[in-house]
Order: sequence, then C-alpha cells, then structure tokens
Amino acid sequence: MIPAEFDYVAPETLDEAIRALADGGEDAKLLAGGHSLLPLMKLRLAAPALLVDLRRVPDLAGVRANGDIRIGAMTTHSALVRANAGLASVAAATIADQQVRNRGTIGGSLAHGDPASDLPAVVLAAEGTIVARGPGGEREIAAAEFFRDYLETTLAPDEIITEIRMPGTEGWSFGYEKFNRRREDWAMVAVCALVRIESGACADARIGLTHMGSTPLRATAAEAALRGQPLEAGAIAAAAEQAAEGTSPPADLNASADYKRHLARVLCRRALERAAG
Amino acid sequence: MSGNGNGSRYVGQRLRRKEDPPLITGKGVYTDDMTLPGMLYAAFVRSPESHARITSIETSAAAARDGIHAVLTAEDLDLAAGMPMAWVPPGVEINTPEHWPLARGEVKHVGQAVGVVLGEDKYAVVDATEDVVVEYDPLPVVVDPEAALEDGSPLVHEQFGTNRTHQWGLGSEDMDVAWQEADIVIERRIVNHRVHGAPIEPRACLAEYRAGYLTLWSTTQIPHLTRSFLAGSMQMSEDRIRVVAPDVGGAFGTKLNHYPEEAVACAAARRLGRPVKWTETRSEHMTTTTHGRDQIDRVKMGLKRDGTITGLHIDVLADLGAYYQLLTPIIPCFTAFVASGCYKIPRVRTDITGVFTNKFPTDATRGAGRPEATHVVEVMVEQAAAEIGIAPVDIRRKNFIPKEDFPAEVAVGVVYDSGDYHGTLDKLLEKIDFDELERERSELRERGIYRGIGYSTYMEICGLAPSRIVGPHGVGIQGGFWESAIVRVHPSGSVTVFTGTSPHGQGLDTSMAQIAADRPGTTPDVVEVIHGDTNTGPYGMGTYGSRSLAVGGESVARAAEKVQDKAKRIVAHMLEAAPEDIEVAGGKFTVRGSPDKGMTLAEVSGAAYIPENLPDGMEPGLEETTLYDPEHPAGSTSCATSLSTTAGRRSTPC
Repeated sequence: MIPAEFDYVAPETLDEAIRALADGGEDAKLLAGGHSLLPLMKLRLAAPALLVDLRRVPDLAGVRANGDIRIGAMTTHSALVRANAGLASVAAATIADQQVRNRGTIGGSLAHGDPASDLPAVVLAAEGTIVARGPGGEREIAAAEFFRDYLETTLAPDEIITEIRMPGTEGWSFGYEKFNRRREDWAMVAVCALVRIESGACADARIGLTHMGSTPLRATAAEAALRGQPLEAGAIAAAAEQAAEGTSPPADLNASADYKRHLARVLCRRALERAAG
Repeated sequence: MSGNGNGSRYVGQRLRRKEDPPLITGKGVYTDDMTLPGMLYAAFVRSPESHARITSIETSAAAARDGIHAVLTAEDLDLAAGMPMAWVPPGVEINTPEHWPLARGEVKHVGQAVGVVLGEDKYAVVDATEDVVVEYDPLPVVVDPEAALEDGSPLVHEQFGTNRTHQWGLGSEDMDVAWQEADIVIERRIVNHRVHGAPIEPRACLAEYRAGYLTLWSTTQIPHLTRSFLAGSMQMSEDRIRVVAPDVGGAFGTKLNHYPEEAVACAAARRLGRPVKWTETRSEHMTTTTHGRDQIDRVKMGLKRDGTITGLHIDVLADLGAYYQLLTPIIPCFTAFVASGCYKIPRVRTDITGVFTNKFPTDATRGAGRPEATHVVEVMVEQAAAEIGIAPVDIRRKNFIPKEDFPAEVAVGVVYDSGDYHGTLDKLLEKIDFDELERERSELRERGIYRGIGYSTYMEICGLAPSRIVGPHGVGIQGGFWESAIVRVHPSGSVTVFTGTSPHGQGLDTSMAQIAADRPGTTPDVVEVIHGDTNTGPYGMGTYGSRSLAVGGESVARAAEKVQDKAKRIVAHMLEAAPEDIEVAGGKFTVRGSPDKGMTLAEVSGAAYIPENLPDGMEPGLEETTLYDPEHPAGSTSCATSLSTTAGRRSTPC
C-alpha cells in the first residue's frame, strides 16, 4: 500500500504549524496519529500534497481533570484511557486495538468527523467544547456545532484543534455500550449515556449515538423521556425505546437501518442500566 | 515420556516451536525482506473493468518518469506457455481458456494484470502505473453463476459459446431406486458463498536471471512444482532453475498455485538483466489471489420414516471465475469424494457443473471442496431430523458406518480404511453436556437470550492420496501425491532433515524434528529441518491438503527408520552383537541385556564417516532418503460450539 507523493513538515511550534497549514492551502493536511489519514492515503483515496505533522508541537498532549476535563488534542487514546477521566476514557479503551490506541489521538478523531468513531458522540453527549487555533486566533466551538456531515466538521481548513473541554462529571454517572462483530471493528452502533441522579430520580440525561447518522447524534427523545423519572428498569426501558427516534441511520455491509435502530434501543437500555448502577 | 519400544521420547510431547524465536522477534526472512544488487521493483497496471476489450495501452508517459526502467505489456514477455492448470480428467470435455500472465486483447475480471512497471524505487513504480493509459471498451458482464447458464447470458469466453466449463459426476447410477425406497424426500438449495484465505503475509516474489540460471524466491507452498512450471514457460532446463520458498507467513491454500506475477517477474528479470521484486498489496490480494468455495448446491436426500437414509444427490454449481488457476476446475470434485460423510448411504451421487463468471478464479482454500460437502451433508442430516421429528444425535447414530464395517466402501466408490464414528460422537457427548446446555438454553430464553447449539461430524481426505487414484489415469491431476525426506546425520551426530513439503507457519520444523530425533535417539534441538529450496532438498510436492505431516512426516519417519537400521548394524558390528539386539533408549544405542554397552549417535556417525571398521559392503556415511507414496489417509472428528446472542453478547461455553 503505497501513497502518492507528498511533502512533509514537522514544525516546532503551534504558530509555525498554523502558518505551514495556511501556506499549504487546500492540499495540506494535518497529521496527528495518522490512523485515519494514512490508510486513506495508502488506498489513494486521499492524496494531500503536504502533511503538517503535529508531533513536535509542545503542550498539545495531556489530560487535566480539575473541575472540568481538559484533554490536549494530541492525547493518544491510550493516554486518555490511563488518565481515567470517566466516560471518555472508558470509550477510548474500546477503540480498535492497542496499536491504534497508542497512535490515534482525540483531536485527530474529532477532526476526521467519522460518525462510526467512538469519541465524537462522547464529546457531543458530554456537551463538550472543541478549542481551535487559526491565523485569526483561538475560538471555542460547542460540540453540537462542530459535526456538520459525514467526515465534515465546522473546523476551518487552516485551524488546528488544540484542546477538548468537557464539563466536570461530579454528580453524573455513565454507561458506554458498543456493538461490533469483532472487538477491533468500528461500532456498528454505540450508545453513551450520562445521567445525573438526585433522590433516586433522573435529574438530567445526556445520550450520545454513534453511527446512527452522518454525524454523531443525541437521543433527545430518550433523554426527555427519562428526565424526572425514577431510574429503575421500567422507566429506563421506556426511555430506551425512544433511542432511535428521529434518526435515519445509513444501512451498510454490517447492518440494515432497522437493525441499527434496534441496536440503538438495546444498547441505550444497557448503557442507562449501567449508569443507574 | 518413556520409550514405546521404538525409542519414542519426543513425538507426542508439547514442545516450544523451534521456528518461533526468529519469527516473533523480527529475524525471519520473508521474500519481501530480500534485496539484491540492481534490483527493480515491479508494480502492476490492473483492470478496473470486469469484462472489456483493450483498445489501446499507452505506456510512454509512465516510461518517461524518473526512475522508471521499463513498462512491459503482454507482447514484451517471452513466455512459451500461459498459466498452468493441472487437471486433465480422462473422458471429460473441459473448456480451457488461454490464461496469460498479462492480458492479451481482453480483460475478464477486475484486477487482471494488463501491464507491469519496473523501476528502482518502489514508490515511483506505483506512481507510474497511474500514468499508463489503458483504453477499455466495456463488454457485458456476468457475475451470478446461475444467470451465467441462462440463454442469452453474456459470455466470459466467446469462443466456447457457453459459460459452462465442464460437467463431471461421481457415484451411484441408480438414484431413482433411492427415491423409490424412501418414505420421504427432502430437497434444499444450499449456498456456500465465496471466501478468501487472506494469510497475514500477502504474496511476493523476487526473480533473478544471471548467466543462464534463474532463481525465484516466492511465497509459495509448492517450490518444486513451480520450478517445473517455469521450466515450461521460460523454456529452460529444470536444472538451471532454483525456486526458494523462504519464511512464508501463512497461506490457507492460496499459495498452492503458480501466479501470473511470478511468471512476469521471471520473464522481466531475464529480459532486463536485473533482479525483479514484486510485493502484493492487501487490496491486490483480495482481488487477485485465489478465492474459494462459491458453490450453489441443490441437494436431495431420501429417508425412511425411521431416519434411515436411502440416498443423497448433490447437484453442484461451481463458480470457477474467469480463468483457471492451478486446480480451479477440480476443486468441486473433492466435494464428491467425501459426499457420503460419516454415513452409510446406499446411493450417493454428485454431479458438478462448472461455470465461468467475470470474477477471479476460485481454487484451493481451507479444505478445497471438502468442507463444502461436510456442510451439505450435515445440514441435510439436521434438516431431515427436524422434518421426520427425531433427534439429530439419533439420526446420525442410525446412519453412521458401523465400526465393524471397516474397511468400508461407500457408494461414491471410495474405501474408508478405518473409523469409529459412534465412538467419536460418544466421546463428544461425554465432553459436552448437551442436556445442561439445553437446560441453560431454556433459562436464557426467558431472559431474551437465544442460544443455538450445534455440532458436526466429518470425514476428510487428509493428505490427498494415493497417486494412482488421484493422478493422471485416476481423477486426472497431472502429478504424484507422495512426499520426500532426507535424514542426514552429520559426523558430530547432529541431524539435518530435508523435506519436500514447504511449511508456512504450521510448526513443521518442530514436529519433523521430533519425528526425526526419536529413531536415532537424539534430541529435537540438534535436528535442523530444511525445506522450500529446490537446490537443497529432494523433489517434493509441497504443503497443502493437510498432507505435510501425514505424508511428509511419515516420509521423515521412514528415512529416520532407515538411519536407525543402519546405525544399529554399525553398533552391532562394533560391539559384536546382533543388530536385532540393539535398542535405542535414553539417547543411546545399547545392547539388549547389557545396558552399560552402548554408543551415542555421535559415536555411531563418527564411525560411519571415518569408515575404518564398518560391516562388510556397507557404504560410509549416515544419511537416508525416502519417497513415500501413501495409501488412504483419512480422519474424522466431531466438535461442538454454541452461541448466545441477544443484540450482541456472545459466549461459547464449550
């Protein structure tokens, strides 16, 4: 598998990287872990003229949980797992295999915008924020505004994700359920659920759906059905029944649209049950 | 373990695999690891069309790129023959198309090689393939084997006027009697879909032509046969060709072949006077390395009300793809040979129709035709049991060939030498508690979890033999099915075994060392097993069809036995005892009744290589060769698995 010819730079600072990306124009691509981009290049489905490698840019990796959770864009999935930062770490532990987790990064995964990847729906459900820097400075993009379409985000071509911020999880519990045929595969469907429990009842619920559309989605109907309800089997099952409301998942080689909707309901119930403890 | 009278200490023991340390520490030598001075890399220009006429090929832009040495198409290759197909069935008409390593005039499947780019840089040659402009005039395509036989279907090979390749049948001529004797006849259409072996190491080859000698390193299961094929296509004397299979990373049957890329690499190396290496990409592998199965079986089984099977007929439609690789059209025949499974069925017949489609050829993959038969027979037995309303275990027991019937000739005309099918099933039922599994199944069902419980029996032709049945005047494969071995004891007492098989990860270095070590009373760690090089070992048939240990291992055992016999005669001579009184025990040759009198293998071989005191007329040295042609290898086993599913949680409790 041999990619088309390309140029390569590995700048030492974020500003240099931004400049290199801008100078490279639309044929330039950022290289983080490379576990989505490089396979596409080797299949010659992508042929960027310039790769701007972020590996030498300092201060882009690391996880800080101090009130809110801040995850550097170049944090590998393995490092995120080790940081033990709740839902994101649990989801990251299910990504592909150890080799991929050792190289793949959260920033790369979000920027790639693949709705079958684990972390986009997690960041969406957690109501996280993507911090990006470009020639015009830094901006924060709410996850709900970030994913535009299949493999498309609202990140500008000359912007670089520097950090992902997620609200603190105190008072919240969570569950993550994913279904695939082999453990290393992308999710056929995955569901992440965050619930805040007060006096045995669900004060708030945030449910993210992976691979149920061209972007990660929230299961808003199920969330609404659960709010204010006691977190017990009946209410969970009833809410989970609505997990696929409003979705139109694309059928693929592994699953029909109907089967994906079925999976969303089953996995939602299991994720909520896990969150309810 | 103590000796078994034959000095067997290592056979049967669990040993760490001798071959693993280099393989798992990156010290193996695979074909792609090799580099020769002046070597060129090859990249193929492949058809994106399933079926098309080639109207033009423009190579000049690619050839003009930096680092590109040549761009070759079909007419540039000096080959006397296309790709070989080894089946010439007596009395059967078979439509055999020419199959050239680079397409001539038409392409008939996606991925078919049209040209090859050669250059010094492995990246540059791939880039340059994009500059080779091939114009195609698309032709109608057929990929469905049933549609391919309909009137008016597009024809894969116009000259035959049909997509039917051949028809071949085996078994009873009077199936009508089976249906008349039956109380119930069930019919099913069973699809065995196309599969791919996909070993970890894709294919690769490296060809060097120097001073009239050709060397090919290749990811092959059959180095000796490949040399014979190249002698024909390259019009060279076989002694001037060396084929080497270095470390090979798995095959599953897909490397039991001679592929177009090997022929192109050899022809290009000779034409250009430079070594040529090609390494397959995984995408190429999926499109242009042999596929398997792809049968549609229309099956009919007749039964008495009590479950006794009166007859089985399998009508096989075999999708062979667009061309033949080495064994393509014969693979479904193997379905016929094992169609009776473990069962005593008075009438069994298989009728096979082969069909061309615009797909890559099928060929040997993981069992090559036999698992298809097992699938058919076992599915039908289960279906019949359900239809009649008896337990699957009971219908099997009722129809198994009884132990006392062996050797048993089954209705397809094959004699099973031995077997105990009731015994293997009983053993399975001892190990697997089906009642408990079924009780759990009921419990799980209440929780919305569905468990399936299944098991299967099978009868296999492991080893493919004997030559007189499988060979040219029998089934019609143009080859023999024996295997060779040389066991060479060195003057120091260490041993080198040469085997004609060509292992690719099965652990044969270890198991053959175990076999060779026992008889001369040495240890596997001082037995080196050499394979896969036509210039070192004897001619051999290669590794396929579960034959390497069954046939090749037996060959090693027989050569080692000869070494032991000679060693005993030397020991007897030197210790003034009778050869029949010499035993092998505890790593020594000793005289029965006088355990203190003995010689180590090193002492024996020392005496053999410095022949001052050998028995009269004995040749010096300690080395023996065997070419073993087996009779009827066979095996049978049963296994069980079960699966729990809801939306997804799996478990296999047994």
